[in-house]
Amino acid sequence: MKIPGTSYQMRVETRLDNPGWMGAASAVLGIILALIVGGIVLRAAGATDPIGTYQEIFKEGYGTPADWQAGFHALLTNGDCPRGLLCFGPISDTLVKAAPILLTGLACLLAFRMKLWNIGADGQMFLGGLAATAVAVFIMPKDTDRSLMLILMAIAGSLAGLAYGLIPGFLKARLNINEIITTLMLNYVAYKLLEYFVVVGPWSIGDFESTGPFPKTATWPRLTEFAKSVPIFAGLTAHPGILLGIGVAIILAWIFYKSQWGYQIRVIGDNPRAAKYAGIDLPRNILLVMGLSGAIAGLAGMNEVAALRELNGRFQRGLGFTGVIVAWLARLNPLAAILVSILFGGLMVGTQLIQPQGISAMLQGVILFVVVGTELLFRYRIKLEKAEQIVINKAEAPHDK
Amino acid sequence: MTSEALFSLALTIIFGALVSGTPLLFATLGEILAERSGVMNLGIEGMMLVGAMSGFATWFNTGNIWLGFLVGTLFGGLLSLLHAYITITLRADQVVSGLAVTFLGTGLSSILGAAYVGKKVPTPNTIIVPILNRISLQEVTVVLIGLVVAPLIWYYLNRTRPGLNLRSVGEYPSAADSLGINVYRIRYMYVIFGGLMAGLGGSAMSLVTDPGWVDGKTSGMGWIAVGLVIFASWDPLRGLWVAYFFGLLRRLPLDLQNPALPLISTANNPSIGRVMDMLPYLATIFILILGSREAMRKRLGAPAALGNPYIRGERGL
Repeated sequence: MKIPGTSYQMRVETRLDNPGWMGAASAVLGIILALIVGGIVLRAAGATDPIGTYQEIFKEGYGTPADWQAGFHALLTNGDCPRGLLCFGPISDTLVKAAPILLTGLACLLAFRMKLWNIGADGQMFLGGLAATAVAVFIMPKDTDRSLMLILMAIAGSLAGLAYGLIPGFLKARLNINEIITTLMLNYVAYKLLEYFVVVGPWSIGDFESTGPFPKTATWPRLTEFAKSVPIFAGLTAHPGILLGIGVAIILAWIFYKSQWGYQIRVIGDNPRAAKYAGIDLPRNILLVMGLSGAIAGLAGMNEVAALRELNGRFQRGLGFTGVIVAWLARLNPLAAILVSILFGGLMVGTQLIQPQGISAMLQGVILFVVVGTELLFRYRIKLEKAEQIVINKAEAPHDK
Repeated sequence: MTSEALFSLALTIIFGALVSGTPLLFATLGEILAERSGVMNLGIEGMMLVGAMSGFATWFNTGNIWLGFLVGTLFGGLLSLLHAYITITLRADQVVSGLAVTFLGTGLSSILGAAYVGKKVPTPNTIIVPILNRISLQEVTVVLIGLVVAPLIWYYLNRTRPGLNLRSVGEYPSAADSLGINVYRIRYMYVIFGGLMAGLGGSAMSLVTDPGWVDGKTSGMGWIAVGLVIFASWDPLRGLWVAYFFGLLRRLPLDLQNPALPLISTANNPSIGRVMDMLPYLATIFILILGSREAMRKRLGAPAALGNPYIRGERGL
């Protein structure tokens, strides 16, 4: 295609390589574009100062450089933070929010890598939360050892998620039923199941929509519990959930890039027909991947109840959907998902206090759009080159004379 | 319980099913045409939400319910244009783009609709029919539109030249292209039509079947519509029955609050209500299972090119 007014032409050709920097570039582009579009929508919704709103979101989500500096100074001298909770408070809250979306993100990413569209991380997470609650409140005695209790909760949560993930996995493997629809429908079933138990049901205490507070042994230890020895930790809510997520990310990275099974998953995802000819058992892998994906999402549910210290009717919906975006923005790379989830955690913390409520969902949607829209740039290369001018050689041109 | 009361209850339930199935029907019909042209749009939920929100806002501000329909429909179409551009022109993944449409629609409707949550518009005109005394003119109109549109779309799809072009683009786009049919234009047209229908369905929800706006108003109806398309085997007339059946499942918990039915009344036992609320979602899975068996037996299938971007001049379908 010739670019008018220049002697250059544009050519679109299929890209054979896949440079890593482009993933980062399209993610950054996505975020910037999302912020611009978000600003326009905020303006339309009546916000007078979108840029100020963004600054506020950033400050609430990550803190300011000055606060960080003061925080590190206090940490080194083992003293109190001069600015109180401001020092590490925002990043601590962000890590708390990042933990579940990192886990749901990893759950989605694992399934997506095999082109299995598990959109049901939300429901699998709810089931994980329910199972972990059952262990914490109704099965184990209150004075169980804390680490044992947390481990049992994690096992229960992941098993419940696994079972819930296997349902669509089985339907897909056996009957070739579209997993997008089944996982989505099961999300709504899971929401109703939680309502059945907690929104004034068998698990609620009196007329409250809650199981009541968990025994202390069934909750994540928070940084603030160590404030006696490290004073700056006072008031910080950060808990080991993010470490759990990072651990799962490292395991997944190992599976993807070092193990034979991971290689199979990637082959199936890239070319199912080739996988079939190579003798890879497709139904078996669908079951394995959906089960494991559900188990990871179930862990996210366990993490949430251990962090909230109760199960109530306000158990947050939609974290599984944020996981979809985390997975896609991380370009299905488990280690990149760690960064992306912390980024999104900050976005969620920052937008918590800001009205209107949907801003986080909208920004996520726009980011996903831009990332998927720039997909084209990965597959095709747009080349600018000098237009080949059709010049008739003068020597060969017929002479007029 | 007298037989007259039972009769009245049955009629109420049946008409209720028609009413609450109609928004689903609109969305399903739109998606059927879009998918028959080869483009899957998983953004129905988002487009319905935007349609519902903008439609209600228009009604609230102007007092004109039909203007609300128009605006809601148009905004649904506008959102689908984005999906069309990304999947047809940029050839990006249809699944992910559809999810993005849903996210965007959810967020947009939540932000822009915040001011309208819980707002009321004066109740619409009611027709006084002795038995069906709860039915409004708007409800009857919407149901009638659905009843007329579904056969029309079936006829258009199966018996007209443009319908044939549409199907050929979804089955074998390069063959269609070689006959001079503009694949890109046809796909754009029907993706946008799908968006308009989803917007119409959404606005039917917030204006007529369940007037008002709350966050996440459609509560998964858009996703159910995606499932119904599969169960209806991409056939508009089958879509009609399936949508009404789901309307029935959706209405049932409401209708059974009737204290005249002491055994299963949800008024006495909220747990039954929760189980009832699960029914439409469980039933979607269930009919997909049924549908898969039937599809295997009758070799019914999705349009061959569904989900694949068309790239002119490249090998493949």
